[in-house]
Amino acid sequence: MAEAIKLQEFTCDFKDEVANRIPEANFDLCLTCGTCTGGCPASEQYGMDPRKFLRMLLLGMDDEIKKSPWAWVCTMCGRCMSACPMKINIPKFVYNVRASWDRDKRPKGIRGSCDQHIKAGNAMGVPKEDFVFTVEDVANEIREASPEFSDLEITADRVGAYMALNQNSREPVTEPDELGPLWKILHRAKADWTYPTVMWGGENYCMFLADDEGWRYIMEEFVYHIEHNLKCKVVVNTE
Amino acid sequence: MRKYNIPHTFEFKSIIELYAQWIKDGTLKVNSDWNKDLKIKFTVQDPCNIGRKIGTNKIVDDLRFVVKAVVGEENFVDMVPNRSNNYCCGGGGGALQGGHTEQRRAYGKVKFDQIIETGAKYVITPCHNCHAQIEDMCHHYGGNYHTLHLWTIICLAMGVLGENERTYLGPDLAEFGLDIEGGIQ
Ligand code: SF4
Ligand code: SF4
Repeated sequence: MAEAIKLQEFTCDFKDEVANRIPEANFDLCLTCGTCTGGCPASEQYGMDPRKFLRMLLLGMDDEIKKSPWAWVCTMCGRCMSACPMKINIPKFVYNVRASWDRDKRPKGIRGSCDQHIKAGNAMGVPKEDFVFTVEDVANEIREASPEFSDLEITADRVGAYMALNQNSREPVTEPDELGPLWKILHRAKADWTYPTVMWGGENYCMFLADDEGWRYIMEEFVYHIEHNLKCKVVVNTE
Repeated sequence: MRKYNIPHTFEFKSIIELYAQWIKDGTLKVNSDWNKDLKIKFTVQDPCNIGRKIGTNKIVDDLRFVVKAVVGEENFVDMVPNRSNNYCCGGGGGALQGGHTEQRRAYGKVKFDQIIETGAKYVITPCHNCHAQIEDMCHHYGGNYHTLHLWTIICLAMGVLGENERTYLGPDLAEFGLDIEGGIQ
């Protein structure tokens, strides 16, 4: 007969570490029902799925977990958790697996975008001046092309504007014409708004990179700019 | 902000809530008359960030309200499942920049099949990541739908969509509402 597994021999360092960081994660409550796996589009990629990943954590297979590229295939979308009868926080578990990777081993594309965001305030690394220039350029074209928008005014860092809008930095860089429709709607609605020029990118790659420090820095700079400089009442996420 | 407990007094809003509010209170005048005879079908991708992750369907319901107002209720086809129970498109979590392209596309196949199932000609994607992923799925799996930002269709319905703002429209709408001069009617 096969020998029973002796539980006391397990060392689950990584599990203890993650559970310390997210006390409400409830990893031990997993019923192995598989609901998470059944509804997860990342299941089977690299031979992995959320239930299995969690089993590995509970069995102390720390090295295998930290080596698996699956942590970067799961999108941390949260569907597993919302369906889980025990509300186990798999997305946060995956986030912590990502964070366990050496920063320079994490995917280059995500890391580069995070670094740019920290440096320039947006993932594309656009200097503030270029952003303001593009915005003014596109606004000019619209004013010239359509008489009904001849009074279109787009401002950056206008103190006291009611709303501050963030913008995905891909738009001004790769498809500036996509800025126009948004502005036209805001113009029609007579919205009182401005673009902040500090941390203005709507994207958040430091979160995806699981770079807590970078993410926190971006948030603090952004909040400071809105609260102390612009004094806007509302921050609008445009996506 | 919540994660780091950074104190702030401003309020956070999604542009979609504002669109819905402005349409409801009459600030933004839109209608779906343009699509009454064309009957072009639209579906919508719920971004996880404003659906499941905020814990209520408030914004994704607003999204449906806005889309129906501009394309016509009868021309809107929902995916199943949807709203807070939707499938992620597979472009989230940095996946588009994460380098595991084959796996990202396999992930997105679930979404692609859902879209095809609706029979819709257009998928409205209010999130930039979803837009990029869903467009990539269309090319990769040979779909025949078009992927639109939400603001494009709102402006089309208001008759203010410029000639150079139509990159993502299909041939059926590429020139809709433009006069021969290329200006806006
Ligand atoms: S749904 Fe929850 S309880 Fe069921 S296997 Fe997944 S994590 Fe465990
Ligand atoms: S968060 Fe990850 S594991 Fe959970 S359903 Fe989404 S992709 Fe799957």
